[in-house]
Amino acid sequence: MRTPPTISLLHDPRWRGAIWQVALAVIVGFLLWEAADNAMSNMRARGIPTNFDFWNRTAGFDINQTLISYSAVSTYGRAFWVGLINTLVVAGIGIVLATVIGFVIGVMRLSTNLLARSFASVYVEALRNIPLLLQLLFWYNAILVPLPAPRGSLSMSSITLSLPDTATLVVSAIAAGAAFAAWRLSLRFASIVTALGVAVALMALLFGALSFVGQSGGGMLHFADHLGVYLNNRGLFIPEPQFGAGSEWVLLAFGLGIALSLGYGVYARARQMRTGKQSPVLLVSMCLLVALPLIAFEASGRPLAFAFPVLRGFNFQGGMRISPEFVALTLGLVLYTAAFIAETVRSGIQAVAKGQGEAAAALGLRQGLTLRLVVLPQAMRVIIPPLTNQYLNLTKNSSLAVFIGYPDLVQVFAGTVLNQTGAAVQVIAVTMVVYLALSLLTSMLMALYNRRMALAER
Amino acid sequence: MSFVRTIPSAPLPPPVEARGAVLWLRQNLLSGPFSALFTFSACAALLWLVPQLWHYFVADAVLSSPDGQACRQPGAGMCWSFIANKMEFFLYSSYPRDQVWRVNSCLVSGAVLITWLLWPSARSKRLGGALFFLVYPVACFWLLHGFEALSLRTVPTNLWGGIFVSLLVSLVGIVVSLPGGILLALGRRSQLPVVRFVSTLFIEFVRGVPFITVLFMANTMLPLFVPENWSPDRLVRPLIGVSLFASAYMAEVVRGGLQAMDKGQYEGAQALGLTWWQMMRLIILPQALTTVIPGIVNTFIGLFKDTTLVAVVGIADFLRTVETARLDPAWAGPTISTSGYVFAGLFYFVFCYGMARYSLLMERRLSSGRKR
Amino acid sequence: MRSVCLAAGLVLALASGAQAGVLDTVRQKGFLACGSNTGLAGFGLADSKGEWSGLDVDFCRAIAATIFNDPTKVKFIPLTAKDRFTALQSGEVDVLARNGTWTQSREAELGLNFGAVNYFDGQGFLVRKKAGVTAAKELDGASVCVQQGTTTELNLADFFRTHGMKYEPAVFATSDEAIKSYDLNRCDAFTTDVSQLYAERLKLVNPDEHMVLPDVISKEPLAPAVRQGDSQWFNIVRWTHYVMVNAEELGITKANVDEKLKSPSPEIRRLLGVEGDFGKGLGLSRDWAYRIIKHVGNYGEVFDRGVGENSRLKIKRGLNDLWSKGGLQYAPPVR
Repeated sequence: MRTPPTISLLHDPRWRGAIWQVALAVIVGFLLWEAADNAMSNMRARGIPTNFDFWNRTAGFDINQTLISYSAVSTYGRAFWVGLINTLVVAGIGIVLATVIGFVIGVMRLSTNLLARSFASVYVEALRNIPLLLQLLFWYNAILVPLPAPRGSLSMSSITLSLPDTATLVVSAIAAGAAFAAWRLSLRFASIVTALGVAVALMALLFGALSFVGQSGGGMLHFADHLGVYLNNRGLFIPEPQFGAGSEWVLLAFGLGIALSLGYGVYARARQMRTGKQSPVLLVSMCLLVALPLIAFEASGRPLAFAFPVLRGFNFQGGMRISPEFVALTLGLVLYTAAFIAETVRSGIQAVAKGQGEAAAALGLRQGLTLRLVVLPQAMRVIIPPLTNQYLNLTKNSSLAVFIGYPDLVQVFAGTVLNQTGAAVQVIAVTMVVYLALSLLTSMLMALYNRRMALAER
Repeated sequence: MSFVRTIPSAPLPPPVEARGAVLWLRQNLLSGPFSALFTFSACAALLWLVPQLWHYFVADAVLSSPDGQACRQPGAGMCWSFIANKMEFFLYSSYPRDQVWRVNSCLVSGAVLITWLLWPSARSKRLGGALFFLVYPVACFWLLHGFEALSLRTVPTNLWGGIFVSLLVSLVGIVVSLPGGILLALGRRSQLPVVRFVSTLFIEFVRGVPFITVLFMANTMLPLFVPENWSPDRLVRPLIGVSLFASAYMAEVVRGGLQAMDKGQYEGAQALGLTWWQMMRLIILPQALTTVIPGIVNTFIGLFKDTTLVAVVGIADFLRTVETARLDPAWAGPTISTSGYVFAGLFYFVFCYGMARYSLLMERRLSSGRKR
Repeated sequence: MRSVCLAAGLVLALASGAQAGVLDTVRQKGFLACGSNTGLAGFGLADSKGEWSGLDVDFCRAIAATIFNDPTKVKFIPLTAKDRFTALQSGEVDVLARNGTWTQSREAELGLNFGAVNYFDGQGFLVRKKAGVTAAKELDGASVCVQQGTTTELNLADFFRTHGMKYEPAVFATSDEAIKSYDLNRCDAFTTDVSQLYAERLKLVNPDEHMVLPDVISKEPLAPAVRQGDSQWFNIVRWTHYVMVNAEELGITKANVDEKLKSPSPEIRRLLGVEGDFGKGLGLSRDWAYRIIKHVGNYGEVFDRGVGENSRLKIKRGLNDLWSKGGLQYAPPVR
C-alpha cells in the first residue's frame, strides 16, 4: 500500500483547469464590461441615443415594397417589420427555388448524358467561383437594360408572333412522322431519330398553336389585353386580387380540403400496408384541394375582384408589383445557392451504395423511380446537414440586398433607420439578434425533418 | 467427325452500335429519348452561344483605343484597352505610383510564402509557417504603411485600394483566422465548461449573422467600444471584422479535423505522458490540420469572395475601383462598364477556381494516402 | 494568441488621438485631419493619382494654410454619409467639410457646431429631357432614385406628401449606385442637392440628355462642422470662410495679394495683417488671412475652380454670389 504521491496544486489537472477557466472568465468579463462602459460613455459624450425611444417615432421616409401597410408617417418600429418581412419573403422563395434547381443540377452532374454532365459542372464551377455580389450586379443590369420604360411596357397583347411558313410546317410534319416510324420499328439509332422528330414535332405543334392564336386574332388578343399583366423596367405589374365578403368560406373550404387530403393520405398508407394496394392519393387530394374551394367560391357568390394596374402619369398605378430589385436578388441568390446545393446533392447521391441502385433495377424499377424511391431517400440523410447550411447561407446572403437597393432588413433597418436615428448599437444589435433567431429557427426545422428522415431508415 | 469444327472461328465483331464512336455516342449523348432531346437542344444553344462569345471576346473586342472611342461604337465587344488603361488603378487604386514597389514586393513575398506552405512536397514548412504568420504581417505592415526611420514615407490607408486591398483583406483574414480558428476549435472541444461555452458562443454567434452586419459592427460599433482616443483606423476596422468572421468559420473546419482523429491518437499521446499542449502541438494538430487542408482552402475561397463586401463600409476594394473607373467621363459608355465587370468576374473566377482545383488535388492525395 | 497582440499593436499604431484644444493637437500632429466626401466632383474628389480637388477640399487647405502656412498639410479622410458625424465626434477628423447640411438637430443632438455656410444649396431633381417634365410638381407617380440615410430621403417623402402626389422611391446605399440605376432607366428622376446633381450628371453616359429641374424643394445650407466645446477652433473654421468672402469683396485674389499688401485701404490692410494683429485672438499668426488668400485664393476663385465657370460643373453663382451682387454670401468685417 502506497499513498498516491502528493502533487503540488499547480500540477493538479483539476486545479489547472479551474485556473484556466477563471482566467478566461475574468478576461472575457473584463472585456465585455470595458466595452459596455466605453460604449455608454462614448455614446453619451457624442449625443448618441442609448435607448429604444426611437422605435415609436415617426420614420418620415418611404419604402417601395411594403407587404404590410406602411407610409412615411409610420414609426421606425413599423419600418423594422417591413424590412424583416421583405427579408423573409426573399429567403423563403429563394430557399424553395434553390432547392429545386439545386437538386436538378445535382442529379444532372451524375447524368449519363455527357452534355448534361458538362453543363452541370460548368454551371457549378462558374457560379461557385464568382462572388455573389458580382452576380447580383450582373442580374440587376441584365434585368434593367433590355426592359422598356413604362410607356412601352410589354403586355400580353403587345408580344407579336411571327408565323412559320408552309415549308416549315411540312418539314415538321415529316419529321414527326419519321420519329413515330422510327420508334415503332426500333431502328438502329432509333433514339437519335426519335429525339429529332420529337423536337421538330414539338416545334411544329407550338407554331401550329401560335398560328391559330394569330389567325383567330381578335378574341384571343382582346382577352390578353384585359389580363392586366405588364412588364417594364419598374417591375412586373399584375392585377391585385381583392377579396369580398364570403371569401372566408373559400379559405375554410381550402382548409377542409387540406384536412381531408391529409386524412385520405393516412388512410391510403394504412391500406397499402394492409393490403398492398395503392390508392390515387395525388389525384384525390388535388381534386379535393381544387373542387372544395371552387364550390365554396361559387356558393358564396364569387367574392373576388381584381384591381388592375393602369398606366397613369409616369407609371402603372394599382395592382401588384414585383420589383426588378426583388427579381434580381432572388435570381442571384437562387442560382448561386443552387450551385452549392447541387454539390451537396451530388455527394449525397454518390454516398449511397451502388448496390442499392442495382437492386432497384433488378426489381424492375425505372430510372426515375429508382432515384425517387430508393436513392434520394437514403441520400437525404447525408444531404440534409449541408443543405441546412446552404439555407442559412441564403438567408444571410439576402443581406446583400443593400447593394442593389432591395428594401430588406439590412437596407431599411440597419441602413436608413440607423442613419436617421444614429442609434447604431441598438439597431445593429437588433439586426444581429433577428438573423440569429432566423438561423436557430431554420436549424430547428431542419433538425425536425432530419429526425423524420432518420426514423424512416429503421 | 469432320463436321465438327476443330479450329474455333474468329469471334464476330460486336455490333456496330456496341463499339467505337457509335457506342460512345449512344452511351454519352443518346442513351434515351430525353437524353437525345437534351443533346440536341444543348447543341442548338451552343451554336447560338459560341459565336456570341467569340464575337464579344475576340472578333469585336477592342484591343487598343487610347481614348476609348472604338469602345463606344455600337456592337463593340470587350474593351480591353479600358482594362489596360485602368490596370494600375485596379491594382493599387490611389497608392502613390512611385511607391508601388512596396505593394508589389509584399504581394510577391506573400505569394512565395503561400506557395511554400501549400506545396505538398516543400521542405521546412515550420520555418515557412513562422515566417508567414509572424514575420510577414509585421514586415508587410511597416512596408506598406511606411517606416520613417528607413526613409519609407508614410502612405495613409485612405490611399490604399484595388486588387491589392482585396488580397490584403483576405491575407489578413487567413493569417489571423488560422491560429484564431485553431484556438477556438480547441476551446470548443475542451473539457473545461467555461472555455467550451465561450468558444461555442462566439463561433455560433458569428456564424449565425451575415458578414455585412459583422462589418457594420466593426465599422460603427467598434469605435464606441474602445476608449475615445483609441479609435482604430478605417481600414483596420473591417480587417478586425474579417478576422473575427474568418476565425469562426475556420474553427469549424479545424473542429472537423479534430473530430475525425482516431481516439487512439489521444490515448497514445496521454500514455506517453505528454501534457495537453504537447499532445495537441506534437500529435493531434499536425495530423488534424493536414486532413483539413481542403477545408481550409475552401474557407479561404469563401473569404476571398466575401472581401467584395468590404465596399459597404467604404473600403476601395477591387470591385469598388471597377465601379469608380466606370464613372470616369473619358471612359463612359455602356459596353465599357460591362467590360470592367467581365474582367472582375474573370479575375475572381481564375483565382477561386485555381484554389478549388488545388483543394481537390489535396483531397485526392490525402484520401489515397489514407486508403492504403 | 500572438496574432491577437499583433492586431492590437496595429490598432494602436494607427490610432488617432483626440484631446482638448484642437488647434494644439493639429499643430502637434503636423497636419489637419479633414473629413471629406468619398468622391463628389466639385466638392471633394480624388483623381486616380490621389490628388484632391473641390470646394470643400480647398476649404480644408485654407485652414491648413492659415495654421501651417502650407496648404498641403492636410490629410483627407473620405467618409460616407453614414459615418461622417461619428468620425467627427470621435476625433478622427478635426473638421468635417463634406457638403453636410446645417440642421437644428445636428447641432442640438449630435453635439456639433456648423461654421459659416460655404455653399447655399437646395434639393432638386434630375430628369430626362425626353420625359417632357418642366416642374417638380409634374412628377406624380414617378420612380425616384435616391441615396439612403440623408435628409434627402426625408425631404423627398415630405415633398410628395405635401403635394398629395404618389411616387416610388428606389433607395440605394451610395450615390453612385443611385445614379447608375437612374442611368439604367430604373427611375424617372434622381434627387439630391442641386450642386450634387450637376456633379452626378457628368457620370451619366449622355449628360446632355438630362436636365436639372428649376424647382428646389428644401433649404440645404452646406457648412463645415466641428465638435462643440472648443470655441477657438470653431472661430478659426468660421473665419477661414469669412476671410475668403471678405477677400473677394475687397478684390483681393491669389494673384494680386502681394500687391495689395501695399494698398492704402484700411480694410485691406487690416485683413492682410499690415495693420493690427487680428490673428492673435484666434491663436494664429499676424498674416493668418494673407496665408489663406496667398495659398488658396478668395471665395470667388475657389468657387469658380471647384464648381463654377472654370470647372466642369459650370454652376452659376446664384445664391452663392456676394450679398452686394444679390447673393447670400456675407461676411462680418475684420476689425
